[in-house]
Amino acid sequence: MEPIIEVKHLVKRFGDFSAVRDISFAVEKGEIFAFLGPNGAGKSTTIKMLTTLLRPTSGTITLAGHDPARDPEEVRRSFGIVFQDPSLDDELTARENMDFHGVLYGVPAKLRRTRIEELMKFVELWDRRDSLVKEFSGGMKRRLEIARGLLHHPKVIFLDEPTLGLDPQTRNHMWSYLQELNKKEGITVFFTTHYMEEAARIAQKIAIIDHGTIIASGSAADLTAQTGTASLEDAFLKLTGSAIREEESSATDRLREHLRVRNGGRR
Amino acid sequence: MHTIYIMWLRELKRYFRSKSRIIGSLGQPLLFMLALGYGLGSVFRAAGDGSYFQFLVPGIVGMSIIFTAIFSGIQIIWDRQFGFLKETLVAPVSRLTIMTGRTLGGATVASIQGIIVLAISMAFGFRPTDWWLAPLALVFMLLVALLFTALGTGIASVLEDMQGFQLIMNFLVMPLFFLSGALFPLSGLPPILAGLTLIDPLSYGIDSFRAILVGSSHFGLGVDFLVLALVTSAFLAIGSYLFSKIQI
Repeated sequence: MEPIIEVKHLVKRFGDFSAVRDISFAVEKGEIFAFLGPNGAGKSTTIKMLTTLLRPTSGTITLAGHDPARDPEEVRRSFGIVFQDPSLDDELTARENMDFHGVLYGVPAKLRRTRIEELMKFVELWDRRDSLVKEFSGGMKRRLEIARGLLHHPKVIFLDEPTLGLDPQTRNHMWSYLQELNKKEGITVFFTTHYMEEAARIAQKIAIIDHGTIIASGSAADLTAQTGTASLEDAFLKLTGSAIREEESSATDRLREHLRVRNGGRR
Repeated sequence: MHTIYIMWLRELKRYFRSKSRIIGSLGQPLLFMLALGYGLGSVFRAAGDGSYFQFLVPGIVGMSIIFTAIFSGIQIIWDRQFGFLKETLVAPVSRLTIMTGRTLGGATVASIQGIIVLAISMAFGFRPTDWWLAPLALVFMLLVALLFTALGTGIASVLEDMQGFQLIMNFLVMPLFFLSGALFPLSGLPPILAGLTLIDPLSYGIDSFRAILVGSSHFGLGVDFLVLALVTSAFLAIGSYLFSKIQI
């Protein structure tokens, strides 16, 4: 087995704050990998560096044989991503959002049509294909984003808290599809989540990050054995402590809050 | 090529779907055109400069173009806030093509807005001196629209959120409009004002509209074209550079 993601001594500093401090890890091809950590631990920053959105301060990354800092376009071709925050165009319809993505990733028109239909049927949004995304609920948007991330059949799919706000039915449905895709096509799955039982059930390998450093890694069984605990949740709490973390609000959060207030609670 | 087309198409779809934006952004130009056009008409005529309405319309067309164009460029901030920008930035296409598509789309929308204002002004009695030159006016409208969309894109690439938007409107867009000769003739101005109008690219845009639509020009159409083409190229280059540096 060869690693499809290899990270060595990765560091990201914002001014004098170190978000990621010298982390190294590898994800094998075809693996389902969970990246866990409390809020503000450095998960999203790491994902942004892996997906070419942020430049590392130092250290190296190889994703599908390419370096995101030096060869971003090659890297971008090989992954799909479902972001933590929504990233759909609200003023376009569900199908237009899918189509837009397909064009950006160079999926040929005929294939695009069949895959869009297949994926949208899978996430049960085919009936709503011509509705504007702004009419969708949070869960529907999430499902559409997952379908979109898979449209170009990436080698690696990043899912940043993909199941946040989804009901158990949708969550199960989504994971069984991803597991099937992982088995059939060998897609590597890299995800973050706050649901520990989800990580324990789905992931073959887990890494736990806190304060910008990886403090433990291995299978769920390894982690519980290492910490002498009964469940992954207990192991996680033992490793990261039980103090509640504060995350600073970003400009985005402030604007969203502002709009929420202005629109009288409607989003 | 597909990328540029789909980015362009997105801008157009968004524009045509938001009817309130179309109508809303017609209000201000119409108010200026009617209130000033009729209000100052008699003074202007008494000064021996002919019809103020004829003089004003090209200026108001320029106004609606600059407002719509800068606003289209600025929309990158919204896309950043609502996450859609990330979707385009992780796609395996160069930022230059994304920026080109967006800017062309924004410029097309701004030109359409200019055409609508021009059409409305005709309903109120505006008449171009030569109908055959109308297609040429379109070329210049698109050029001006490109210039200011690129400017908006450049600004939006360095702004984090919408807090700076009001600042841009008051300290950039408004001065650009008022100092462009949209409302008054450029000849016989006090030296400081004359100097300011000379460095305002919109002056050349509006001058070109006047040259084509009503046959009167301060700089001459050749100079207008040269200045507009140069400034547009510079803004496109700067805008693309700043856009390519965006980190999320």
